[in-house]
Amino acid sequence: MSEFIQIIVSGLSAGSIYALAAVGFTLLWQASQTINFAQGEFVMLPAFFVLGAMGLGAPMWLAIAVALGLSVLLLGAAFKKLIVEPMLPHGTLPLIIATIALGLLMKESVKEFYSAQGQPFPPIFPTEVVRVFGAAISVADIMNLAVSFAAILTLQLFLQRTRTGRCMQATAQNRGVAEILGVNVKRMVMYTFLINAALAAIASILITPIYLAKFSNGETLGLVAFIAAIVGGFNQIRGALVGGLLIGVIDNLSAFYVSSEYRAAAPLILLIVIIMVRPQGIMGTSEGRTV
Amino acid sequence: MTASPKYLLYIAMLVALVLAPLGQGNYIVYVLCSWLIFSVAAMGLNLTLGYAGQVSLAQAAFMGIGAYITALMTMAGYHWLLAMPFAILSCFGIGLILGYPALRVQHHFLAFVTLAFNTLVFLVLRNEEWLTGGSFGLVPIPRPDFFGFSTFKQVPFYYFALVCFLLAAGAMAWIVRSPWGRAFKALRENPIRANSLGLNTRLMTLLAFAIGSGFAGLAGAMMAPLVQFIEPGSFTLIHSLKILLMVVVGGSGFYYGPFLGAAIVVLLPELLRFTEGYYLIIYAAFVLVLMVFSPNGLIGLWQKLMDRFRTQQVERSDLKDGAQL
Repeated sequence: MSEFIQIIVSGLSAGSIYALAAVGFTLLWQASQTINFAQGEFVMLPAFFVLGAMGLGAPMWLAIAVALGLSVLLLGAAFKKLIVEPMLPHGTLPLIIATIALGLLMKESVKEFYSAQGQPFPPIFPTEVVRVFGAAISVADIMNLAVSFAAILTLQLFLQRTRTGRCMQATAQNRGVAEILGVNVKRMVMYTFLINAALAAIASILITPIYLAKFSNGETLGLVAFIAAIVGGFNQIRGALVGGLLIGVIDNLSAFYVSSEYRAAAPLILLIVIIMVRPQGIMGTSEGRTV
Repeated sequence: MTASPKYLLYIAMLVALVLAPLGQGNYIVYVLCSWLIFSVAAMGLNLTLGYAGQVSLAQAAFMGIGAYITALMTMAGYHWLLAMPFAILSCFGIGLILGYPALRVQHHFLAFVTLAFNTLVFLVLRNEEWLTGGSFGLVPIPRPDFFGFSTFKQVPFYYFALVCFLLAAGAMAWIVRSPWGRAFKALRENPIRANSLGLNTRLMTLLAFAIGSGFAGLAGAMMAPLVQFIEPGSFTLIHSLKILLMVVVGGSGFYYGPFLGAAIVVLLPELLRFTEGYYLIIYAAFVLVLMVFSPNGLIGLWQKLMDRFRTQQVERSDLKDGAQL
């Protein structure tokens, strides 16, 4: 039983971080129909910003702030301006290819210019363990869960309670009408990209202490973010949250109870099952088909 | 009968393909063979992507399935000619099963399902050691003999691969020109209109995907005897992305696009050897820039350039909206 609790808690902790990446993914989809195949690399890169800043002698908190700023600037603003904007008129397909190429570019650049080996990443939270009902639960897990939830809650409040947030929602729901009503659609889409970059940076800083900082981290993370977003519901923020938590727990359960060799298969099978029985996702509402 | 320049061009290309390996070292011939093989795989993906408009990220996994089936059957003593159709049909069947649920919904869901599928195939190939040899792979895969014509040496193998390639290219040309192929094109250009004209769009897309996967099976069946050693690492997601980029860089939806794209992806590393590890960075940056400026790939870029220089009719701008009083 205590083992079970441990697995669930660490699964939820990892899942909440996946959820951050998945939420960003759904936001981009809603705002500009961008399927970002580089999302995994977006989560991989900020950890290297932190390491780079610390390598220059900055303390941890400053390094994190720098990484957050750089991510918003590069992965948010520059990504939107230089890549997404010129390609949107050509439809979704070239953009998908471009994000695949971008992911490859980021991965290979980190490998060549930083290091091909996994880099140790300093823990942000104390590595102590507390005992709850006989289960050993690490403080870091609980803090990860808390930070991710705080980030998603803040985002939700921002989207629902502020004027800008509502304008963003209007843009996501119906671009044309939002524009007619005087919403600055372009700026709202830009905000979405900035938020996605910030979420990816937070996820990166939370998840990298668990693994090592490595150029290939994005492969698994990106896949998990897609799966979480689709399983939960592609057009709902709370869907991505549920999807992320579910994937985290299932991943951990299958690693412990089924086989660690096929650990990576469980989320994939879940994805295929969900697409077959409930293509709009667990929490999603179905969108009209184009054909 | 007068030979039109088009036929002369075809004959010239054929002669170039036949003469290409003569007098070259073993390694160059090997690179040419892998160009032929990847062209076949990219050609199949071009049907899925360029004609039916669906993204498949599992082309390397289908190649892997084809290669493993061929390897296991030829190592068990069956002839390659028996193993090859088996590989193609398996890939076709798996494509049908995989595509059916994914194509019930839109929004490039096939991309996600195939993404998951590629990872699953890799896991199975790596973990089921009793069948696939796990991460040690399968070795040695025999090269086929055809009635005394041994493909054991590199140049004869090239001709064997060339025959397979030409048959595949011919089949693809036939598919694209048949009523089916036209239906695929209609689907990409305007799915709603295609649907209203009585095309079963879902069935057509599914078929395009399954046929494309079958081509990957053929490519896998050619690859196994070429390298004589296969392991799961050769069929991962990154290889699927490589094939996808071949199609897009060459020009998806153009018949010759995949050949050009495969040539660039296979031959460019040889030319850019002096860049060492930076090769993939340069390549990815090139694809990004190409996508921003010409989403139709190199052939699209070429056509755009030609259109600029070719004389063309320009409508009188004052009559564009019809004669207005």
